[in-house]
Amino acid sequence: MCRDCGCSLGPAATRAPFAAQPAGKGHIESIEVITAILDENDRVAAHNRTHFDGHGVLAINLMSSPGSGKTSLLEATIRALAGELKIAVIEGDLATENDAARIRACGVPAIQITTGNACHLDAQMVHDALHDLPLDGIDVLFVENVGNLVCPASFDLGVHRNLTLLSVPEGDDKPAKYPVMFRAADLTLITKVDLLPHIEEFSVARARDSLRHVGFRGDVIELTRRGGPGFDAWLGWLRSEIAARRAAAA
Amino acid sequence: MHELAVCQALIEQVERVARDNAARRIVSITVSVGPLSGVEPQLLEHAYPLAAAGTVAEVARLVVVTVPVRVRCRACKAETEAASNRLLCGSCNDWHVDVIAGEEMLLQRVEIETADEPVH
Repeated sequence: MCRDCGCSLGPAATRAPFAAQPAGKGHIESIEVITAILDENDRVAAHNRTHFDGHGVLAINLMSSPGSGKTSLLEATIRALAGELKIAVIEGDLATENDAARIRACGVPAIQITTGNACHLDAQMVHDALHDLPLDGIDVLFVENVGNLVCPASFDLGVHRNLTLLSVPEGDDKPAKYPVMFRAADLTLITKVDLLPHIEEFSVARARDSLRHVGFRGDVIELTRRGGPGFDAWLGWLRSEIAARRAAAA
Repeated sequence: MHELAVCQALIEQVERVARDNAARRIVSITVSVGPLSGVEPQLLEHAYPLAAAGTVAEVARLVVVTVPVRVRCRACKAETEAASNRLLCGSCNDWHVDVIAGEEMLLQRVEIETADEPVH
């Protein structure tokens, strides 16, 4: 993907150490800089976005707690759209290939990023994964972030849309507890709504209020991966995003 | 604990400033951080020595300036402070507000010691 920018050698080369010298008689100078600390991440993210746009791919980042149903949602989505849309997935986890194996079992390409102890994906990790994932003919690329409601929110991956999942067993006050992530999203999916009759503590109205109070301005879709009107609304959202992207590219 | 990754990115920027200005060491680094950036100032301070070890910024002082969240109300135009999880107008309580501060995660200033005495 990276013939032009010279990054086709793969992961960023390690830098030579640049150590401090002992304090001397030099003079002290104060330099105003004013740059985003994550400037380099943002640069790589922009590069990823250019790559997605060049292939006409809609890229979507999925963020949530562990166990809120990201991989299950992807499995159900891939099955529902088989023959209609070509999907690829980048999976992020601390360890194991389990999720990528589940996605591959649905018949679509999946790359697993194992982050070791890193709590989030960053633009460089996605970039490196893209070297192993041909995007020709792909309509949608899902990036399933590390299950974590804190850290992934700070790193732009170069995707077009950010989604958060909030599952019913987690409680309706998750947006109030983790405002940065829910605010950053373009769409919130309230998942596992088939459990609502069993978990009376969860109020969809309270969850929606909580989302509004953290500044979330996107749509909220209530669904279960088992199908139904909410799941259809999710597929509808996806189709309309793809149509909008194609119209913009034409 | 993504603050370590943030500190590593910070050190890379500071090393660039040091190279460009022929610094022998970094004396201090000033950053400004808002609550909506998702970075905790205290965790940043804890992670900083790990990222700075063995670099030109090893003995530098990290100064973290925290910036409160401020919103401007679309209804009554008031500018007020707000909590991250309650982005409401402090004056009329409306939720139609725009965030005008509190999202930043910026490197503001680097204080360096240069290699030689300046020539006068």
